[in-house]
This record gives sequence, structure tokens and C-alpha cells, in this order.
Amino acid sequence: MPNIQELKDLTTQVRRDILRMVHKVNSGHPGGSLGCAEFFVALYQDIMERNDGFDMDGKGEDLFFLSNGHISPVYYSVLARSGYFPVDELNTFRLIDSRLQGHPTTHEGLPGVRIASGSLGQGMSVAIGAAEAKKLNNDHHVVYSLHGDGELQEGQNWEAIMYAAARKVDNLIATVDLNGQQIDGSTDDVLPLGSVKGKFEAFGWTVIEIENGNDIASILDGMEKAKSLLGQGKPICVLLKTVMGNGVDFMMHTHAWHGKAPNDEQLEIGLSQNAETLGDY
Amino acid sequence: MKTYENTGNKDTRSGFGAGLTELGKTNENVVALCADLTGSLKMDEFKNNHPERFFQVGIAEANMIGIAAGMTIGGKVPFTGTFANFSTGRVYDQIRQSVAYSDKNVKICASHAGITLGEDGATHQILEDIGLMKMLPGMTVINTCDFNQTKAATLAIAEHHGPVYLRFGRPKVPNFTPENQNFEIGKAVKLTDGNDVTIVATGHLVWEALEAAKALDSEGISAEVINIHTIKPLDSEAIIQSVSKTKCIVTAEEHNHLGGLGESVARVLSQHQPTPQEYVATNDTFGESGTPAQLMDKYGLNSKAIIEASKKVIKRK
Repeated sequence: MPNIQELKDLTTQVRRDILRMVHKVNSGHPGGSLGCAEFFVALYQDIMERNDGFDMDGKGEDLFFLSNGHISPVYYSVLARSGYFPVDELNTFRLIDSRLQGHPTTHEGLPGVRIASGSLGQGMSVAIGAAEAKKLNNDHHVVYSLHGDGELQEGQNWEAIMYAAARKVDNLIATVDLNGQQIDGSTDDVLPLGSVKGKFEAFGWTVIEIENGNDIASILDGMEKAKSLLGQGKPICVLLKTVMGNGVDFMMHTHAWHGKAPNDEQLEIGLSQNAETLGDY
Repeated sequence: MKTYENTGNKDTRSGFGAGLTELGKTNENVVALCADLTGSLKMDEFKNNHPERFFQVGIAEANMIGIAAGMTIGGKVPFTGTFANFSTGRVYDQIRQSVAYSDKNVKICASHAGITLGEDGATHQILEDIGLMKMLPGMTVINTCDFNQTKAATLAIAEHHGPVYLRFGRPKVPNFTPENQNFEIGKAVKLTDGNDVTIVATGHLVWEALEAAKALDSEGISAEVINIHTIKPLDSEAIIQSVSKTKCIVTAEEHNHLGGLGESVARVLSQHQPTPQEYVATNDTFGESGTPAQLMDKYGLNSKAIIEASKKVIKRK
């Protein structure tokens, strides 16, 4: 298991990957990707129990589903750096004939991805299905999922949230990236979410809050606590408070970089704030 | 002319229920999900036999499709059950992304398709579902004609890897295809040999086509009736072969002429063998309340309409 410093170094490298990927094709979603870099690194390098290699059914291992598929850059970077496919393939992000589509898909056979996502609000239902299948298979591993906060405006989430509590899907840890931003502005401006914690609790979930979702140690602590509450008849929601664009100063605390790539100069600034650690792809 | 015996009217949805019950016993990976229509979909027996493999999701079809997609990860073969309207239009994007694009082995089983669900009216009478489903890459689209065939199709799709849309209905209709038949996905079934006109029909219109062929026969017109239970992939070869002989074709379906079987047939023929074609289908309209027989008559979806279309298309040769 990597130590905290190693996880931090990997996170820095992932941030470089994200910036370079979206810069190259002048498209993609750096803001949310940067905000979740620590979470993905912690999840894949420490929190999840994963088998070697990749098989779609994922029996005997923990599973992860990304519902807010637009943060594919961080997903791809961490999958590659966790051994699912060659790191060099990050060079093909969003290019023609690539397995690294703009939004994640199983269609091109990219190892590590088990469902397409991009059209928002569908991932929690899928994660619940996978969790139900694990129960049927007597497989005691955990299903993790990640959702945007703005994404909770999609109604299907609430169908899923109601179902998971009613059916005691207690092998599921659904994390919501609470960065308070969406395309058109802050979530408070676009459509206030109210108390996300209160809503999940009212639906019958156990809620864990991670106040600093950009701090590896806090993420590890919070997720460990979440895991300890599995199997008690309730699904677990983790509210991960992050800063969109984290680690690149001019991208932080704004929705402006939700779906916009840096230009050459901005890339250089961003990279200078995140010195190479494990080697660029 | 070969004739077929109605062994007794039965609803196609009960054929689905019977098939699902059998699958419950023979395939432990089969799971069933329902959005508050267990009785209507005839899923009760499966539910009672295998409560641990039956998932009542409530009135939440989008969630049902997503859960079904997720259950395939781990090797389950999910069968979702609700009305055709709520199986397709309501959840198109969920099917598109989480099932079709993700190539998930989900069987979307849809009852009360078309206009013959009757008195509930247009909100529940979807006449666009074949079009919606056939446009999805990788989706298999099946519309069965009677109880026995629906049961056989239900068994067959469990063995087929990939997303399937299985369409059936509510009314009791003649049951005339063989019991325990071998259902071959994508393979048309020629029911009668004929030389003057080809009638390709799907779903409830297959029996109507046979009735039409009988009446035409008595007037000296020989009709070749083909049961197209699989609209996608379409058995192009069987259609081309038949029209090579008859030189004209009638397509018959309980669906809008836009997007249905007729358009699939027209595409094949325009590419390979341009042939005069008449459509027995609804004419870009919503349905309304009424008995199934009244609606079939008013919207031109019965043997009478097939006879008229056949005579018309023969004149166009």
C-alpha cells in the first residue's frame, strides 16, 4: 500500500496528465477532474480491493462506477497509472479511433470501464444493480460510485436513492462531489440543492462528510469510516467537499473551467504549479 | 392453401410469463425486475418461485433500466417488465447509454404494446416503440404473434447475448403457432406459399394476415404470408426471395408506418429489389379509447385492411 507522500506524488502527476490531455485536444473537462484527483488516487491506490487485470463481471473485487462521466480525464489518468492500460494511451484522449472517448464507454473496450456515462443521472442505478448482483453472487465486495452535485438535479438519482434505502443496498458507497459548481454557475445560482445531507438522510441513507475532499489523509479517514458502516442495512453516501480546479490556482473556485481547456500559456502555468513526479506520458 | 388452427385465444403477455417461469427454473442467472405491473406482465409466478431473484422497483422505470444494466455486471441476465410505453419512450436515454451503448445483456420486455391495450387510451398506446428501439445500434427487436411464440421467444432471448426489446400485448388473440417451437432470432417464418402477393406481418397482425390470405384465396388470389417476428435484425433474404416471385408486398403491423416494420422492409427492397409496397399500420396518429376490435377496425389494422392493401398493391405491379 503506498504511503501518503506517494499518493500525493501520484496526484500531482495525475493533475499534469489532466492538464496535458485537455490542452492537446483543446476540449474536455479539467475543473471537476482536478477537484477529484485526490479521491481517484486514494480510491484506486488504497481504498478499493482490486484484482489484477480487468474482467467485466468484476467478481471477487470492489467495483467503481463514474456517473459524472465528463470528468473522464482524471478517470483515465488514474486507470492508466493503476495499470489498466498503457499510460501512453492518454495521448489519444478524444482523438479519432481512440478508446479514450470524450466520455467513458465500454464500447471501445477500454479496460477499467464497466458502463458508459456522460448523460447524467444514470450511474447510481447502475451501481445499485451491480451491488444487487454482488449480493446474489454472495460476493462480499463493495460497489463505489461517484456523482456530481449538480448531477443530483437529475430525477433518476432520487428514484435510485429511494430504492437503495428501501432495499437495504448496504454494500454501496456512493460519493457526491460537492464542489458547488456546474456549467452555468454555482449550484446555488443554477438550482439550489438545499441540504444534500438532509435529503440523503431523509431517504434513509447513512451520510459521511469529508470536509476537505482534496486532502488524501482526510479522504482515507472518511472512506475508512464509510466502509466500517457497510452491511448495516443502509446504503452509505459520502459527501466529498472539493474545490473545482484544485491544484491550479487560476482554475480554482470557479465554474469557468468546467468544460474549457487551457491555452499554451495557461498550460505552462498549471504545469509549473505541479512539478513532474512520476514522469509525463 | 395451408391453414392454421386457433387452439384457443390467449394473451401474448401470458406467453412471456410462462417463458419467464420456465427460465426461473432452468437458468439461475435470470433475474426479473418490474415497475409496479407484476400482474399485468404475468410475472407473478416467477416472483413467487424466486423472490430473491425478483426486484420490485416501484414506479421508477429509469431506475429499473439502470439497475438492470448494473446487474449484468456479475453475470445476471435481467428481464425488465412494464408496459411498452414505459419500456421505451420514457426511458430512451437510459436504454441508449446504460444498455445499448454499454452493450449490456438486458432483456426489455414490454407488454400492452400498440393500440390493442384498448380502453386506457393514447397515453398508454405506444405506436412508436419499434422505431425507437430499432434505431439503437446493437438492439434486437422482436414482436411476437401469439402465446406460444412469445413463450419461445422469451426462452430464446435468454440464450442470446446482448440487449433485446421483446414486444407483446394485452388482448387474448388466436394461439396458432406450435407449442414448444424452436424460436430462431432473426429468422422469418413463412406461413403460406403464394404467388400473387407477399404479406409480411408482425405481432398481432400475423393472424389477421392469415385471415386475409384465406379470404383472398377464396377470390383466387394467392398470398404468401410471412411472420416477421424479428424486426431487427431483419430477415432480408426471406423478403427478397418472396417478392422475387410475387412482385408486390404488403407490410402489416400494430405500429406507426413511420419507423416500423414497413419502413425496414422498404429500405431493404429499395436497395435490393424495388417493389410496390402498401402499408397496413397507423398513419402518424395517436390512438384513443375503445375495445381492441373497434380500434383495429378504426385504425385499419385488421384482415379487412390487409385484403384491401393486397388488392391495391397487386394492381400496382
